[in-house]
Amino acid sequence: MATASTLKNMALCLTAVCLICSAVVGGAYALTKDPIDAAAQAKTTASIAAVLPAFEGVPEQGTVDVNGTEYTYYKAEGAGYAVISTTSGFGGALTLMVGIDTAGVVHNTTVLSHSETPGLGAKCTTDTHFMEQFQGFDPAAKSLAVKKDGGDVDAITASTITSRAYALAVSNAVNVYHQLAGGQSNE
Amino acid sequence: MSKLHFITDGFVKNNPTFVLVLGMCPTLATTTSAMNGLEMGLATMFVLILSNIVISLVAPMVPDKVRIPVYITVIATFVTVLQLLMQAFTPAVYETLGLFIPLIVVNCIVLGRAEGFANKHSVGESALDGIGVGLGFTLSLTVIGIVREILGSGAVFGWKFIQGDGILAFVMAPGAFLVLGYLMVLFNKYLAKK
Amino acid sequence: MEYFLIFVSAIFVNNILLAQFLGICPFLGVSNKLSTATGMSGAVCFVITLATVVTYLLNHYLLVPFGLEFLQTISFILVIAALVQMVEIVLKKISPSLYQALGIFLPLITTNCAVLGVAITVVTKEFAFGGAAPHMLNLGQAVVYAIATSLGYGLAMCLFAGLREHLAGNDVPKAFKGLPIALITVGIMAMAFLGFSGIV
Repeated sequence: MATASTLKNMALCLTAVCLICSAVVGGAYALTKDPIDAAAQAKTTASIAAVLPAFEGVPEQGTVDVNGTEYTYYKAEGAGYAVISTTSGFGGALTLMVGIDTAGVVHNTTVLSHSETPGLGAKCTTDTHFMEQFQGFDPAAKSLAVKKDGGDVDAITASTITSRAYALAVSNAVNVYHQLAGGQSNE
Repeated sequence: MSKLHFITDGFVKNNPTFVLVLGMCPTLATTTSAMNGLEMGLATMFVLILSNIVISLVAPMVPDKVRIPVYITVIATFVTVLQLLMQAFTPAVYETLGLFIPLIVVNCIVLGRAEGFANKHSVGESALDGIGVGLGFTLSLTVIGIVREILGSGAVFGWKFIQGDGILAFVMAPGAFLVLGYLMVLFNKYLAKK
Repeated sequence: MEYFLIFVSAIFVNNILLAQFLGICPFLGVSNKLSTATGMSGAVCFVITLATVVTYLLNHYLLVPFGLEFLQTISFILVIAALVQMVEIVLKKISPSLYQALGIFLPLITTNCAVLGVAITVVTKEFAFGGAAPHMLNLGQAVVYAIATSLGYGLAMCLFAGLREHLAGNDVPKAFKGLPIALITVGIMAMAFLGFSGIV
Protein backbone atom coordinates (compact mmCIF):
# COMPACT_ATOMS: atom_id res chain seq x y z
CA MET A 1 0.00 0.00 0.00
CA ALA A 2 2.85 2.41 0.76
CA THR A 3 5.14 3.62 -1.99
CA ALA A 4 8.47 1.85 -2.53
CA SER A 5 11.40 2.85 -0.34
CA THR A 6 13.67 3.98 -3.12
CA LEU A 7 16.18 6.72 -2.44
CA LYS A 8 14.36 9.09 -4.75
CA ASN A 9 11.01 8.50 -3.08
CA MET A 10 12.43 8.86 0.41
CA ALA A 11 14.26 12.07 -0.42
CA LEU A 12 11.20 13.53 -2.15
CA CYS A 13 8.92 12.58 0.70
CA LEU A 14 11.18 13.99 3.40
CA THR A 15 11.68 17.21 1.49
CA ALA A 16 7.96 17.62 0.89
CA VAL A 17 7.16 16.93 4.54
CA CYS A 18 9.80 19.41 5.72
CA LEU A 19 8.56 22.12 3.39
CA ILE A 20 4.90 21.67 4.28
CA CYS A 21 5.56 21.48 8.02
CA SER A 22 7.80 24.55 7.93
CA ALA A 23 5.07 26.42 6.12
CA VAL A 24 2.45 25.38 8.67
CA VAL A 25 4.62 26.27 11.66
CA GLY A 26 5.76 29.50 10.07
CA GLY A 27 2.17 30.43 9.30
CA ALA A 28 1.03 29.64 12.85
CA TYR A 29 3.91 31.69 14.24
CA ALA A 30 3.05 34.69 12.06
CA LEU A 31 -0.60 34.48 13.06
CA THR A 32 0.03 34.15 16.78
CA LYS A 33 2.97 36.50 17.21
CA ASP A 34 0.87 39.55 18.01
CA PRO A 35 -1.55 37.80 20.38
CA ILE A 36 1.41 36.23 22.22
CA ASP A 37 3.10 39.60 22.65
CA ALA A 38 -0.18 41.13 23.74
CA ALA A 39 -0.78 38.37 26.30
CA ALA A 40 2.72 38.77 27.75
CA GLN A 41 2.25 42.53 27.88
CA ALA A 42 -1.12 42.16 29.60
CA LYS A 43 0.39 39.89 32.23
CA THR A 44 3.20 42.33 32.98
CA THR A 45 0.84 45.30 33.11
CA ALA A 46 -1.48 43.42 35.46
CA SER A 47 1.32 42.59 37.87
CA ILE A 48 2.61 46.18 37.79
CA ALA A 49 -0.88 47.45 38.51
CA ALA A 50 -1.13 45.03 41.41
CA VAL A 51 1.94 46.40 43.15
CA LEU A 52 1.74 50.14 42.55
CA PRO A 53 -0.88 52.77 43.37
CA ALA A 54 -3.16 53.70 40.46
CA PHE A 55 -1.36 55.35 37.59
CA GLU A 56 -2.12 56.51 34.08
CA GLY A 57 -0.35 55.74 30.88
CA VAL A 58 2.03 52.92 30.03
CA PRO A 59 4.94 52.22 32.37
CA GLU A 60 8.35 52.77 30.85
CA GLN A 61 10.56 49.70 30.85
CA GLY A 62 14.28 49.76 31.54
CA THR A 63 17.16 47.73 32.88
CA VAL A 64 19.76 48.71 35.42
CA ASP A 65 22.83 47.04 36.85
CA VAL A 66 23.09 46.96 40.63
CA ASN A 67 25.93 45.11 42.35
CA GLY A 68 26.68 43.07 39.25
CA THR A 69 23.11 41.84 38.66
CA GLU A 70 20.86 43.18 35.95
CA TYR A 71 17.34 44.15 37.02
CA THR A 72 14.32 44.97 34.85
CA TYR A 73 12.16 47.78 36.15
CA TYR A 74 9.07 49.67 35.08
CA LYS A 75 8.64 53.35 35.82
CA ALA A 76 5.04 54.47 36.23
CA GLU A 77 4.68 58.26 36.13
CA GLY A 78 3.57 59.61 39.45
CA ALA A 79 3.23 56.18 41.02
CA GLY A 80 6.76 54.90 41.45
CA TYR A 81 8.82 51.97 40.23
CA ALA A 82 8.00 48.27 39.83
CA VAL A 83 11.12 46.12 39.94
CA ILE A 84 11.44 42.45 38.99
CA SER A 85 13.65 40.82 41.61
CA THR A 86 14.81 37.20 41.60
CA THR A 87 16.43 35.28 44.44
CA SER A 88 17.18 31.68 45.29
CA GLY A 89 14.35 30.11 47.26
CA PHE A 90 14.09 26.65 48.79
CA GLY A 91 13.15 24.78 45.61
CA GLY A 92 14.48 27.09 42.93
CA ALA A 93 14.25 30.63 41.68
CA LEU A 94 11.78 32.95 43.39
CA THR A 95 10.75 35.90 41.23
CA LEU A 96 8.84 38.86 42.61
CA MET A 97 7.45 42.09 41.21
CA VAL A 98 8.03 44.72 43.89
CA GLY A 99 6.23 48.05 43.70
CA ILE A 100 7.93 51.01 45.39
CA ASP A 101 6.08 54.31 45.43
CA THR A 102 7.53 57.78 45.04
CA ALA A 103 8.21 58.06 48.78
CA GLY A 104 10.47 55.01 48.76
CA VAL A 105 7.91 52.89 50.60
CA VAL A 106 7.16 49.36 49.37
CA HIS A 107 3.57 49.61 48.17
CA ASN A 108 2.96 45.93 47.46
CA THR A 109 4.63 42.76 46.18
CA THR A 110 3.46 39.89 44.02
CA VAL A 111 5.05 36.56 43.17
CA LEU A 112 5.69 36.07 39.44
CA SER A 113 7.08 32.56 39.69
CA HIS A 114 8.35 30.13 42.31
CA SER A 115 9.18 26.46 42.87
CA GLU A 116 8.52 26.30 46.59
CA THR A 117 7.11 23.34 48.47
CA PRO A 118 3.31 23.15 48.50
CA GLY A 119 1.93 23.77 51.98
CA LEU A 120 5.18 25.33 53.17
CA GLY A 121 7.10 27.83 51.07
CA ALA A 122 4.31 27.94 48.48
CA LYS A 123 2.29 29.79 51.13
CA CYS A 124 4.17 32.89 50.00
CA THR A 125 1.33 33.30 47.49
CA THR A 126 -1.58 32.44 49.81
CA ASP A 127 -0.63 33.39 53.38
CA THR A 128 -2.34 36.77 53.70
CA HIS A 129 -0.59 37.64 56.96
CA PHE A 130 2.82 37.13 55.34
CA MET A 131 1.96 39.00 52.15
CA GLU A 132 0.19 41.91 53.84
CA GLN A 133 3.18 42.84 55.99
CA PHE A 134 4.95 44.02 52.83
CA GLN A 135 2.16 46.41 51.95
CA GLY A 136 3.24 49.90 52.94
CA PHE A 137 6.55 48.57 54.34
CA ASP A 138 8.91 51.49 54.88
CA PRO A 139 12.49 50.23 54.47
CA ALA A 140 13.82 53.38 56.11
CA ALA A 141 11.96 52.62 59.33
CA LYS A 142 11.99 48.80 59.40
CA SER A 143 14.55 46.16 58.45
CA LEU A 144 13.92 43.86 55.46
CA ALA A 145 15.11 40.63 57.08
CA VAL A 146 13.27 37.85 58.91
CA LYS A 147 12.88 38.20 62.66
CA LYS A 148 15.28 35.28 63.13
CA ASP A 149 17.98 37.38 61.46
CA GLY A 150 17.20 40.42 63.54
CA GLY A 151 14.83 42.06 61.10
CA ASP A 152 11.15 42.97 61.12
CA VAL A 153 9.67 40.44 58.73
CA ASP A 154 7.46 37.69 60.17
CA ALA A 155 8.48 34.46 58.42
CA ILE A 156 6.04 31.81 57.21
CA THR A 157 5.83 29.00 59.77
CA ALA A 158 8.45 26.34 59.03
CA SER A 159 9.50 28.14 55.84
CA THR A 160 12.37 30.33 56.96
CA ILE A 161 14.38 29.85 53.80
CA THR A 162 11.53 30.87 51.52
CA SER A 163 10.74 33.84 53.75
CA ARG A 164 14.40 34.89 53.76
CA ALA A 165 14.54 34.69 49.98
CA TYR A 166 11.35 36.74 49.73
CA ALA A 167 12.68 39.43 52.09
CA LEU A 168 15.99 39.49 50.23
CA ALA A 169 14.20 39.92 46.92
CA VAL A 170 12.28 42.91 48.30
CA SER A 171 15.46 44.33 49.79
CA ASN A 172 17.28 44.03 46.46
CA ALA A 173 14.38 45.79 44.75
CA VAL A 174 14.64 48.64 47.25
CA ASN A 175 18.35 48.96 46.45
CA VAL A 176 17.49 49.17 42.77
CA TYR A 177 14.92 51.86 43.55
CA HIS A 178 17.49 53.88 45.45
CA GLN A 179 19.92 53.66 42.58
CA LEU A 180 17.23 54.75 40.13
CA ALA A 181 15.81 57.50 42.29
CA GLY A 182 19.32 58.79 42.99
CA GLY A 183 19.37 58.07 46.71
CA GLN A 184 21.88 56.09 48.75
CA SER A 185 21.96 52.30 48.86
CA ASN A 186 20.02 50.67 51.74
CA GLU A 187 22.36 48.75 54.06
CA MET B 1 -23.42 3.07 13.68
CA SER B 2 -20.75 0.38 13.79
CA LYS B 3 -17.99 2.95 13.62
CA LEU B 4 -18.90 4.55 16.95
CA HIS B 5 -17.18 1.71 18.75
CA PHE B 6 -13.89 3.35 17.76
CA ILE B 7 -14.77 6.09 20.20
CA THR B 8 -16.09 3.98 23.04
CA ASP B 9 -13.14 1.60 22.82
CA GLY B 10 -10.91 4.40 24.00
CA PHE B 11 -12.70 4.59 27.34
CA VAL B 12 -12.32 1.08 28.68
CA LYS B 13 -10.97 -1.50 26.24
CA ASN B 14 -8.15 0.70 24.96
CA ASN B 15 -7.86 3.11 27.87
CA PRO B 16 -4.41 4.57 27.36
CA THR B 17 -3.67 5.04 31.05
CA PHE B 18 -5.01 1.92 32.74
CA VAL B 19 -4.90 -0.65 29.96
CA LEU B 20 -2.28 0.39 27.42
CA VAL B 21 -0.13 2.07 30.12
CA LEU B 22 1.05 4.77 27.75
CA GLY B 23 1.68 8.46 28.30
CA MET B 24 2.64 7.95 31.92
CA CYS B 25 4.80 11.05 32.24
CA PRO B 26 2.10 13.68 31.78
CA THR B 27 -0.35 11.46 33.70
CA LEU B 28 1.77 11.65 36.81
CA ALA B 29 3.04 15.18 36.46
CA THR B 30 0.02 17.21 35.45
CA THR B 31 -2.71 15.70 37.62
CA THR B 32 -2.07 17.85 40.68
CA SER B 33 -5.58 19.16 40.28
CA ALA B 34 -8.66 18.14 38.32
CA MET B 35 -8.48 21.24 36.11
CA ASN B 36 -4.83 20.63 35.19
CA GLY B 37 -5.56 17.02 34.31
CA LEU B 38 -8.52 18.04 32.16
CA GLU B 39 -6.50 20.71 30.34
CA MET B 40 -3.60 18.36 29.66
CA GLY B 41 -5.95 15.69 28.35
CA LEU B 42 -7.67 18.12 25.99
CA ALA B 43 -4.32 19.46 24.72
CA THR B 44 -3.14 15.92 23.98
CA MET B 45 -6.46 15.07 22.33
CA PHE B 46 -6.08 18.07 20.01
CA VAL B 47 -2.71 16.82 18.78
CA LEU B 48 -3.90 13.20 18.67
CA ILE B 49 -6.94 13.87 16.47
CA LEU B 50 -5.07 16.11 14.02
CA SER B 51 -2.04 13.86 13.73
CA ASN B 52 -4.23 10.77 13.28
CA ILE B 53 -6.11 12.47 10.44
CA VAL B 54 -3.01 13.75 8.64
CA ILE B 55 -1.01 10.57 9.07
CA SER B 56 -3.82 8.38 7.79
CA LEU B 57 -4.01 10.72 4.77
CA VAL B 58 -0.29 10.61 3.95
CA ALA B 59 0.51 7.05 5.01
CA PRO B 60 -0.05 5.56 1.53
CA MET B 61 2.40 8.05 0.06
CA VAL B 62 5.20 7.69 2.60
CA PRO B 63 7.98 5.16 1.89
CA ASP B 64 8.21 2.61 4.67
CA LYS B 65 11.79 3.38 5.73
CA VAL B 66 11.16 7.03 6.48
CA ARG B 67 7.77 6.69 8.07
CA ILE B 68 8.87 7.21 11.68
CA PRO B 69 10.74 10.50 11.01
CA VAL B 70 7.80 11.68 8.92
CA TYR B 71 5.27 10.84 11.64
CA ILE B 72 7.44 12.53 14.27
CA THR B 73 7.72 15.65 12.11
CA VAL B 74 3.97 15.80 11.58
CA ILE B 75 3.27 15.35 15.29
CA ALA B 76 5.93 17.91 16.21
CA THR B 77 4.34 20.39 13.81
CA PHE B 78 0.96 20.07 15.48
CA VAL B 79 2.52 20.30 18.95
CA THR B 80 4.29 23.52 17.95
CA VAL B 81 1.04 24.92 16.57
CA LEU B 82 -0.66 23.99 19.85
CA GLN B 83 2.15 25.67 21.81
CA LEU B 84 1.79 28.88 19.85
CA LEU B 85 -2.00 28.90 20.14
CA MET B 86 -1.87 28.28 23.88
CA GLN B 87 0.75 30.96 24.45
CA ALA B 88 -1.41 33.43 22.58
CA PHE B 89 -4.88 32.61 23.90
CA THR B 90 -4.52 30.63 27.15
CA PRO B 91 -1.20 31.82 28.63
CA ALA B 92 -2.10 30.87 32.22
CA VAL B 93 -2.81 27.24 31.26
CA TYR B 94 0.35 27.19 29.15
CA GLU B 95 2.42 28.25 32.16
CA THR B 96 0.83 25.69 34.47
CA LEU B 97 1.39 22.77 32.11
CA GLY B 98 4.88 24.06 31.27
CA LEU B 99 7.32 21.50 29.91
CA PHE B 100 4.63 18.88 29.27
CA ILE B 101 3.12 20.65 26.28
CA PRO B 102 6.21 20.22 24.08
CA LEU B 103 6.56 16.74 25.58
CA ILE B 104 3.30 15.71 23.85
CA VAL B 105 5.63 15.07 20.89
CA VAL B 106 7.14 12.07 22.66
CA ASN B 107 3.90 10.98 24.27
CA CYS B 108 3.80 7.30 23.36
CA ILE B 109 0.04 7.50 22.85
CA VAL B 110 0.30 9.86 19.90
CA LEU B 111 3.07 8.04 18.07
CA GLY B 112 1.61 4.71 19.13
CA ARG B 113 -1.81 5.39 17.61
CA ALA B 114 -0.20 6.85 14.48
CA GLU B 115 1.96 3.79 13.97
CA GLY B 116 -0.52 1.23 15.18
CA PHE B 117 -3.80 2.52 13.83
CA ALA B 118 -3.83 5.64 11.70
CA ASN B 119 -1.54 4.36 9.00
CA LYS B 120 -3.74 1.33 8.40
CA HIS B 121 -7.21 2.83 8.64
CA SER B 122 -9.25 5.40 6.78
CA VAL B 123 -9.31 9.06 7.68
CA GLY B 124 -12.74 8.87 9.24
CA GLU B 125 -11.88 5.88 11.43
CA SER B 126 -8.58 7.45 12.46
CA ALA B 127 -10.32 10.64 13.48
CA LEU B 128 -12.82 8.67 15.56
CA ASP B 129 -10.00 6.68 17.14
CA GLY B 130 -8.21 9.92 17.97
CA ILE B 131 -11.36 11.24 19.62
CA GLY B 132 -11.95 7.99 21.52
CA VAL B 133 -8.43 7.50 22.83
CA GLY B 134 -8.12 11.23 23.46
CA LEU B 135 -11.32 11.26 25.49
CA GLY B 136 -10.23 8.14 27.36
CA PHE B 137 -6.94 9.81 28.23
CA THR B 138 -8.68 13.03 29.26
CA LEU B 139 -11.10 11.08 31.42
CA SER B 140 -8.31 9.15 33.15
CA LEU B 141 -6.30 12.30 33.80
CA THR B 142 -9.33 14.13 35.14
CA VAL B 143 -10.27 11.27 37.47
CA ILE B 144 -6.72 11.04 38.82
CA GLY B 145 -6.66 14.82 39.14
CA ILE B 146 -9.94 14.82 41.06
CA VAL B 147 -8.69 12.19 43.53
CA ARG B 148 -5.39 13.97 44.07
CA GLU B 149 -7.06 17.33 44.48
CA ILE B 150 -9.64 16.05 46.96
CA LEU B 151 -7.06 14.26 49.08
CA GLY B 152 -4.27 16.76 48.67
CA SER B 153 -5.95 20.18 48.73
CA GLY B 154 -9.43 19.46 49.95
CA ALA B 155 -10.86 20.97 46.81
CA VAL B 156 -12.47 19.90 43.56
CA PHE B 157 -12.02 21.97 40.38
CA GLY B 158 -10.81 24.77 42.60
CA TRP B 159 -13.80 24.70 44.93
CA LYS B 160 -12.39 24.14 48.42
CA PHE B 161 -14.48 22.28 50.95
CA ILE B 162 -12.06 22.26 53.88
CA GLN B 163 -9.98 24.92 55.59
CA GLY B 164 -6.25 24.87 54.99
CA ASP B 165 -4.36 22.05 53.32
CA GLY B 166 -5.18 18.40 52.78
CA ILE B 167 -2.71 15.51 52.79
CA LEU B 168 -0.05 17.37 50.81
CA ALA B 169 1.77 14.20 49.79
CA PHE B 170 -0.97 13.68 47.24
CA VAL B 171 -0.24 16.84 45.28
CA MET B 172 3.45 16.04 45.34
CA ALA B 173 5.46 13.30 43.65
CA PRO B 174 4.63 10.25 45.80
CA GLY B 175 0.91 10.89 45.62
CA ALA B 176 0.92 10.63 41.84
CA PHE B 177 2.36 7.13 41.88
CA LEU B 178 0.18 5.96 44.76
CA VAL B 179 -3.09 7.27 43.32
CA LEU B 180 -2.31 5.82 39.89
CA GLY B 181 -1.42 2.46 41.44
CA TYR B 182 -4.59 2.20 43.51
CA LEU B 183 -6.83 3.43 40.69
CA MET B 184 -5.29 0.78 38.46
CA VAL B 185 -6.25 -1.85 41.02
CA LEU B 186 -9.85 -0.61 41.01
CA PHE B 187 -9.89 -0.53 37.20
CA ASN B 188 -8.53 -4.08 36.99
CA LYS B 189 -11.13 -5.31 39.48
CA TYR B 190 -13.87 -3.64 37.42
CA LEU B 191 -12.54 -5.26 34.24
CA ALA B 192 -12.28 -8.66 35.92
CA LYS B 193 -15.92 -8.50 36.99
CA LYS B 194 -17.23 -7.73 33.49
CA MET C 1 31.78 24.01 43.61
CA GLU C 2 28.70 24.77 41.58
CA TYR C 3 29.35 21.68 39.47
CA PHE C 4 29.18 19.55 42.61
CA LEU C 5 25.90 21.20 43.60
CA ILE C 6 24.46 20.62 40.13
CA PHE C 7 25.48 16.97 40.48
CA VAL C 8 23.86 16.41 43.86
CA SER C 9 20.76 18.35 42.92
CA ALA C 10 20.17 16.49 39.67
CA ILE C 11 20.72 13.01 41.14
CA PHE C 12 18.92 13.27 44.46
CA VAL C 13 16.97 16.47 44.97
CA ASN C 14 15.30 16.78 41.58
CA ASN C 15 15.59 13.18 40.48
CA ILE C 16 14.40 13.06 36.88
CA LEU C 17 12.13 10.07 37.52
CA LEU C 18 10.92 10.49 41.06
CA ALA C 19 10.54 14.26 41.17
CA GLN C 20 10.24 15.45 37.59
CA PHE C 21 8.27 12.45 36.21
CA LEU C 22 10.30 12.18 33.02
CA GLY C 23 11.18 8.82 31.51
CA ILE C 24 8.45 6.86 33.28
CA CYS C 25 7.35 4.59 30.41
CA PRO C 26 10.63 2.72 29.99
CA PHE C 27 11.10 2.89 33.75
CA LEU C 28 7.99 0.80 34.31
CA GLY C 29 8.57 -1.40 31.28
CA VAL C 30 12.24 -2.26 31.54
CA SER C 31 12.86 -2.54 35.24
CA ASN C 32 11.87 -6.17 35.76
CA LYS C 33 15.46 -7.34 35.78
CA LEU C 34 18.54 -5.61 37.12
CA SER C 35 20.63 -6.51 34.08
CA THR C 36 18.29 -4.91 31.54
CA ALA C 37 17.87 -1.92 33.83
CA THR C 38 21.61 -1.24 33.92
CA GLY C 39 21.95 -1.67 30.17
CA MET C 40 19.06 0.70 29.51
CA SER C 41 20.41 3.30 31.97
CA GLY C 42 23.79 3.28 30.28
CA ALA C 43 22.26 3.80 26.85
CA VAL C 44 19.98 6.56 28.14
CA CYS C 45 22.90 8.30 29.88
CA PHE C 46 24.86 8.37 26.67
CA VAL C 47 21.96 9.65 24.56
CA ILE C 48 20.89 12.31 27.08
CA THR C 49 24.39 13.76 27.37
CA LEU C 50 25.03 13.76 23.64
CA ALA C 51 21.58 15.14 22.84
CA THR C 52 21.91 17.92 25.42
CA VAL C 53 25.23 19.08 23.96
CA VAL C 54 23.95 19.10 20.38
CA THR C 55 20.61 20.75 21.15
CA TYR C 56 22.29 23.33 23.40
CA LEU C 57 24.66 24.33 20.60
CA LEU C 58 21.83 24.30 18.05
CA ASN C 59 19.76 26.55 20.28
CA HIS C 60 22.61 28.88 21.15
CA TYR C 61 24.05 29.39 17.68
CA LEU C 62 21.06 28.95 15.41
CA LEU C 63 17.68 29.34 17.10
CA VAL C 64 18.27 32.21 19.51
CA PRO C 65 20.28 34.53 17.20
CA PHE C 66 17.57 34.26 14.53
CA GLY C 67 14.63 34.47 16.94
CA LEU C 68 13.48 30.97 16.04
CA GLU C 69 12.80 29.68 19.55
CA PHE C 70 9.38 28.46 18.49
CA LEU C 71 11.18 25.81 16.43
CA GLN C 72 12.75 24.30 19.54
CA THR C 73 10.32 21.40 19.85
CA ILE C 74 10.58 20.29 16.23
CA SER C 75 14.33 20.75 15.81
CA PHE C 76 15.19 19.13 19.13
CA ILE C 77 13.12 16.00 18.55
CA LEU C 78 14.53 15.58 15.03
CA VAL C 79 18.08 15.98 16.39
CA ILE C 80 17.33 13.34 19.02
CA ALA C 81 15.81 10.95 16.48
CA ALA C 82 18.85 11.36 14.21
CA LEU C 83 21.26 10.88 17.13
CA VAL C 84 19.57 7.66 18.21
CA GLN C 85 19.74 6.34 14.63
CA MET C 86 23.45 7.14 14.54
CA VAL C 87 24.06 5.52 17.91
CA GLU C 88 22.29 2.40 16.64
CA ILE C 89 24.46 2.22 13.52
CA VAL C 90 27.68 2.86 15.44
CA LEU C 91 26.80 0.38 18.16
CA LYS C 92 25.97 -2.32 15.62
CA LYS C 93 29.46 -1.93 14.18
CA ILE C 94 31.44 -1.54 17.39
CA SER C 95 29.69 -3.86 19.81
CA PRO C 96 27.13 -6.23 18.24
CA SER C 97 26.60 -8.04 21.55
CA LEU C 98 25.58 -4.85 23.36
CA TYR C 99 23.38 -3.97 20.38
CA GLN C 100 21.65 -7.34 20.70
CA ALA C 101 21.25 -6.98 24.46
CA LEU C 102 19.55 -3.60 24.13
CA GLY C 103 17.34 -4.83 21.33
CA ILE C 104 14.12 -2.85 20.98
CA PHE C 105 15.02 -0.42 23.75
CA LEU C 106 17.50 1.59 21.72
CA PRO C 107 15.07 3.03 19.15
CA LEU C 108 12.60 3.57 21.99
CA ILE C 109 14.97 6.06 23.61
CA THR C 110 13.80 8.53 20.95
CA THR C 111 10.39 8.70 22.59
CA ASN C 112 11.80 8.79 26.10
CA CYS C 113 10.47 12.03 27.59
CA ALA C 114 13.61 12.31 29.69
CA VAL C 115 15.81 13.04 26.67
CA LEU C 116 13.62 15.76 25.17
CA GLY C 117 12.71 16.98 28.66
CA VAL C 118 16.33 17.53 29.72
CA ALA C 119 17.17 19.15 26.38
CA ILE C 120 14.35 21.67 26.74
CA THR C 121 14.89 22.29 30.48
CA VAL C 122 18.55 23.11 29.97
CA VAL C 123 17.82 25.89 27.49
CA THR C 124 14.71 27.36 29.08
CA LYS C 125 14.98 27.11 32.85
CA GLU C 126 16.91 29.37 35.16
CA PHE C 127 18.85 27.42 37.73
CA ALA C 128 19.71 28.54 41.26
CA PHE C 129 22.26 26.44 43.11
CA GLY C 130 23.29 26.93 46.70
CA GLY C 131 22.27 30.56 47.09
CA ALA C 132 23.71 31.83 43.81
CA ALA C 133 21.46 34.09 41.80
CA PRO C 134 19.27 32.18 39.32
CA HIS C 135 20.82 32.03 35.86
CA MET C 136 20.78 30.08 32.63
CA LEU C 137 23.33 27.27 32.33
CA ASN C 138 26.43 27.53 30.19
CA LEU C 139 27.59 24.56 28.10
CA GLY C 140 29.84 23.08 30.78
CA GLN C 141 27.12 23.24 33.43
CA ALA C 142 24.62 21.84 30.94
CA VAL C 143 26.86 18.82 30.30
CA VAL C 144 27.31 18.20 34.03
CA TYR C 145 23.56 18.54 34.52
CA ALA C 146 22.87 16.06 31.71
CA ILE C 147 25.35 13.50 33.04
CA ALA C 148 24.09 13.90 36.60
CA THR C 149 20.46 13.64 35.49
CA SER C 150 21.10 10.39 33.67
CA LEU C 151 23.00 9.03 36.67
CA GLY C 152 19.95 9.86 38.77
CA TYR C 153 17.85 8.03 36.20
CA GLY C 154 20.13 5.01 36.40
CA LEU C 155 20.11 5.09 40.19
CA ALA C 156 16.32 5.12 40.40
CA MET C 157 16.03 2.41 37.72
CA CYS C 158 18.49 0.06 39.37
CA LEU C 159 17.04 0.58 42.84
CA PHE C 160 13.62 -0.12 41.44
CA ALA C 161 14.74 -3.16 39.45
CA GLY C 162 16.23 -4.61 42.60
CA LEU C 163 12.97 -4.04 44.46
CA ARG C 164 10.91 -5.55 41.64
CA GLU C 165 13.03 -8.68 41.57
CA HIS C 166 12.17 -9.10 45.24
CA LEU C 167 8.49 -8.36 44.65
CA ALA C 168 8.30 -11.05 41.98
CA GLY C 169 8.96 -13.68 44.61
CA ASN C 170 6.40 -12.36 47.06
CA ASP C 171 2.76 -13.14 47.57
CA VAL C 172 1.01 -10.13 46.08
CA PRO C 173 -2.82 -9.95 45.99
CA LYS C 174 -4.13 -10.70 42.52
CA ALA C 175 -5.50 -7.24 41.73
CA PHE C 176 -2.21 -5.63 42.71
CA LYS C 177 0.03 -7.93 40.69
CA GLY C 178 2.33 -6.37 38.14
CA LEU C 179 2.00 -2.63 37.64
CA PRO C 180 -0.15 -1.52 40.58
CA ILE C 181 2.19 -2.85 43.24
CA ALA C 182 5.14 -1.52 41.26
CA LEU C 183 3.58 1.95 41.19
CA ILE C 184 2.88 1.89 44.91
CA THR C 185 6.51 0.88 45.50
CA VAL C 186 7.72 3.78 43.37
CA GLY C 187 5.44 6.08 45.32
CA ILE C 188 7.14 5.09 48.55
CA MET C 189 10.53 5.51 46.87
CA ALA C 190 9.48 9.00 45.77
CA MET C 191 8.52 9.78 49.34
CA ALA C 192 11.99 8.74 50.46
CA PHE C 193 13.61 10.95 47.84
CA LEU C 194 11.46 13.88 48.97
CA GLY C 195 13.63 13.88 52.05
CA PHE C 196 16.49 15.20 49.93
CA SER C 197 14.74 18.46 49.09
CA GLY C 198 16.34 21.57 50.41
CA ILE C 199 19.83 20.07 50.61
CA VAL C 200 21.05 22.19 47.72
